[in-house]
Amino acid sequence: MPPPGLLNSLEAVTINVAAFLITMALFGVYVASLGHNPLDVYYVLWLGSFARQISVESTLTNAAPLMLTALCTAIPARAGLLVIGGEGALVVGGVATVLAGVALSGAPFLLGVAVMALAGALAGGLWIGFAGALRQYRGVNETISTLLLNYIAIAVMYHLITGPIRDWDRVLKTSSWSIPQELRVGPLPFIDVHWGLATGVVICLILWIIMRRTTFGFGVDILGGNPRAAQMAGLPINRMVVLCCFIGGAGAGLAGSFEVMAVHGFASESLAVGFGYAGILVAFLSRQNPAAIIVLAILLGGVTASGGLLQRRFDLPDATTQVLQGVLFLVVLASNAAYGRLSLFQPAAWRTT
Amino acid sequence: MTKSLISRRNFLRQSGGMVTAGAALGALPGLVAAMDNVTVGFIYVGPRQDYGWNQSHWDAAKKVAAIDGVTVVEQENVPETAEVEKVIQSMIELDGARVIFGTSFGYWDSLKKMALQYPDVLFTHIGAIWKEGDPANVIGYRGYTEEAHYLCGIAAGRMSKTGKIGFIGSKPLYFIYNNCNGFVLGAQSVNPEMTCNVVITGDWNNPVKEAETTNSLIDQGCDVIIANVDSPKVSVETAEARGVYTCGYHSDLSALAPNGFLTGAEWNWASGVEFVEAFVAGDSYPNLKRGGFKEDMVAISPFGDAVPQEVRDEVLAAKQGFIDDTLKLYKGPLEDNKGNVILEEGEVIENTDTPFKLGVDWFVKGTTG
Amino acid sequence: MEGTDISWWSVLIAVIGGAIRVSTPYLFVSLGETITEKSGRVNLGLEGVLVMGAMSGYATAVLTGEPWLGVLVAGCAGALLSLVHALVCNLPRVNDIAVGIALFIFGTGLAFFLGKPFINPSAPRLPDIDLGWWSASPQVQSALKINMLFVIGFVLALGLAWALKTTRWGLVLRTVGDSEEAAQALGYNIARVRTLGTVAGGFLSGVGGSYLSLYYPGTWNEGLSSGQGLMAVALVIFARWDPIRCFYASLLFGGATALGPALQTVGITANYYLYGAAPYFLTLALLIYSSSPKRALEGAPGEVSINR
Repeated sequence: MPPPGLLNSLEAVTINVAAFLITMALFGVYVASLGHNPLDVYYVLWLGSFARQISVESTLTNAAPLMLTALCTAIPARAGLLVIGGEGALVVGGVATVLAGVALSGAPFLLGVAVMALAGALAGGLWIGFAGALRQYRGVNETISTLLLNYIAIAVMYHLITGPIRDWDRVLKTSSWSIPQELRVGPLPFIDVHWGLATGVVICLILWIIMRRTTFGFGVDILGGNPRAAQMAGLPINRMVVLCCFIGGAGAGLAGSFEVMAVHGFASESLAVGFGYAGILVAFLSRQNPAAIIVLAILLGGVTASGGLLQRRFDLPDATTQVLQGVLFLVVLASNAAYGRLSLFQPAAWRTT
Repeated sequence: MTKSLISRRNFLRQSGGMVTAGAALGALPGLVAAMDNVTVGFIYVGPRQDYGWNQSHWDAAKKVAAIDGVTVVEQENVPETAEVEKVIQSMIELDGARVIFGTSFGYWDSLKKMALQYPDVLFTHIGAIWKEGDPANVIGYRGYTEEAHYLCGIAAGRMSKTGKIGFIGSKPLYFIYNNCNGFVLGAQSVNPEMTCNVVITGDWNNPVKEAETTNSLIDQGCDVIIANVDSPKVSVETAEARGVYTCGYHSDLSALAPNGFLTGAEWNWASGVEFVEAFVAGDSYPNLKRGGFKEDMVAISPFGDAVPQEVRDEVLAAKQGFIDDTLKLYKGPLEDNKGNVILEEGEVIENTDTPFKLGVDWFVKGTTG
Repeated sequence: MEGTDISWWSVLIAVIGGAIRVSTPYLFVSLGETITEKSGRVNLGLEGVLVMGAMSGYATAVLTGEPWLGVLVAGCAGALLSLVHALVCNLPRVNDIAVGIALFIFGTGLAFFLGKPFINPSAPRLPDIDLGWWSASPQVQSALKINMLFVIGFVLALGLAWALKTTRWGLVLRTVGDSEEAAQALGYNIARVRTLGTVAGGFLSGVGGSYLSLYYPGTWNEGLSSGQGLMAVALVIFARWDPIRCFYASLLFGGATALGPALQTVGITANYYLYGAAPYFLTLALLIYSSSPKRALEGAPGEVSINR
């Protein structure tokens, strides 16, 4: 009899692959109804996302911020909270990075980058940690508070970049002061994707290990599964929830750091382009598993990357990829109902052999 | 990996050549023979049928597509993030695009970066801030829409009964200040007592706020409204419903307000056709092209029925003044709305003085906002 | 100074007018969400439903020339989308908030996809009801130009408050939303009640969307909704699941939206982004003030996940 852990993993993989195939089939029917050959569309999806080096680079560039913003929903969700504040935490992290970078003018590269990244992570972490604390100590629902905090973060950022920290020499776009050029982060070796990708992968793996192997991780899972059991076990629930929110927010804040350090060099409206909201999707698709986040962020990045080619080759609107993402999300959520229903993956099915 | 090495080598070769190529004219590197088939990529920041900014570029794209042997590929809603670089690369490497039109301000840094990586592809940008030292295969071009706003202002000054007009801006950027100043100065040129209320919405596209702002301005007594937002459709329709006059922006909006439409400030991005033709023929092209009516880079919309002939004549006379360069937009004495003297009596700013216009972050006297 | 007086007076008029003009979508979505949440589920996807309603209503009006038909189609499109939410949530182990976010993405995506051809054409608008005929001031007249949907929304709020409190239907809905065990003991079909509650909520939200596209601001493009559907969900908590309070809260939100532009027209131009965010600051502050870790919010349905 195979070990139950392996059965569980196989079950998850099978269900997710099936959900993906069902989504692609539904999408095929959809594009066929618009008069396109689904096979051609599948080929272009593949071409635009993984088939060439440029496609892979495009996919990974899109995936990089999503890995980090997904953590903002995934880690608190393991403790039973539904945080949707990744967009705001990313923005706050980006602004903090700019301020740190400007203050660090003249600092050595590694020190400067480390401090900027920490500033971004700290700002994002405090931002979402605040929502966690509000929930634990004041009873304020975290979904609503983080939604409101998104709007507030964006408004404050807009306010800052049009006044207090505006760089008036950038005539084409209202943007903040720039971080020093020598503190800008370049691309990874061998591939034209910025360092946010590597950082995202490493942090997701570290969190995966923490969540699986440490007492903190076990405690969080108990809390997420059954708060009453956690209380009876004497776990420091309030502190654990706030810490989970802090970790998640720090992830999204770090995404903001890399948008500033590696992509823009300054804060502007281009920080708030929906990475935070896409991260919610990634978090749910990966069922809050930090290792799975890596895979699903890449998958979703690929969908976005190939969207342009769908526009250019088939004249399909840009919203096509959004429809595809929405369908995928719905199918994956619905597939949750299949867990425990497939007898092949139940230990009982193997007992007779 | 090899790809980036090659492009870096190309870049070195090219930047060496740029010094000899001189200031405003860049020869096409490695390309002298005429081409048969060229794919041109257009990248938009929003939807291209928006009755506004993106549509004005879509109009140009259609003109480019009409050139013999040219195929146009288009992509909408491309955000000003790392994604735009990947879209450009994808257009070049998967679609074989040789010319890229980046039609949003925030694409500038990405376009410059890609221009170094792909030295034999031509890039155009609508910000027109190309300067010496920027890649030679980049063109910046843009019309002085403040001249067209001046003409709208003349019509507004003549048609307003309350002496108050309203200007809605999206973001506090130099061209918004210039457009507003053009509008107010035009109105004051026919009625020195004209005042203007300005509201900055803070968003490129926020229909509810734009409608609310239009209503607020009308409640304050403004009876001519112009909106400098991505899609002025909402503002024009709201003003029409309230029975006041409107001027358009970006593209021709006259059909949206049959009663109250005066005229509008439009772009003429057709220079893009010249650039592509020059590129295909292997000719040289300017790296920087700015201009107003004289250079045929801006236009005004057809007059609405409400505008009487004598006002039309007055507007067209001023347009001729810009064409002949006898009419200057900024001339002394000129004060801003905080009482600072901008220009002394007798001081004149040339209509083509881009550095001056890039530095404008004030509204002229008579403007509230 | 007399001039200043007139300005301030017109700021007030603009805010009142704005409250009436801007509040209707908030009102419909929050009433819809109240019904859904009273049945024990949260539908965070009403933003997608609202946008889909706006698009389908506009498209219908463009194609047929009948704005009221557009309102009906918008409601039906909203009901249909919400049916997806309800059916997926009826499956075991499915998180309703997550499905809401999925529906948000799917609904807006579908609306943008299908709505491309309708960005450019103009649709006929819904007519006004003129309640300002008594005033000589054009500002007052304009502020009191009211749309039928606003009136319907107001009546609906009253009717819903009454129905929830006194009818059998309201009792069933509240029971299912408050305690699954009690509902089961009484033999109610929980899934069916919640499906109906969600679909009804979606219908209202779709109608709210059609107000945006067919009346105010009266256009269709991809930036039409700046999160009204999402905010309305927060507004329901703000209003403590009470339809009458939803009405007041919607007016408050509408007025707050109008405040920024109104102040700017009289020359108060600093900090406009912060004024624009005033409703969010206000809601958060009130939530912090009124919440307590020891008990659920007054009026909250016991089974709603947002409350546990």
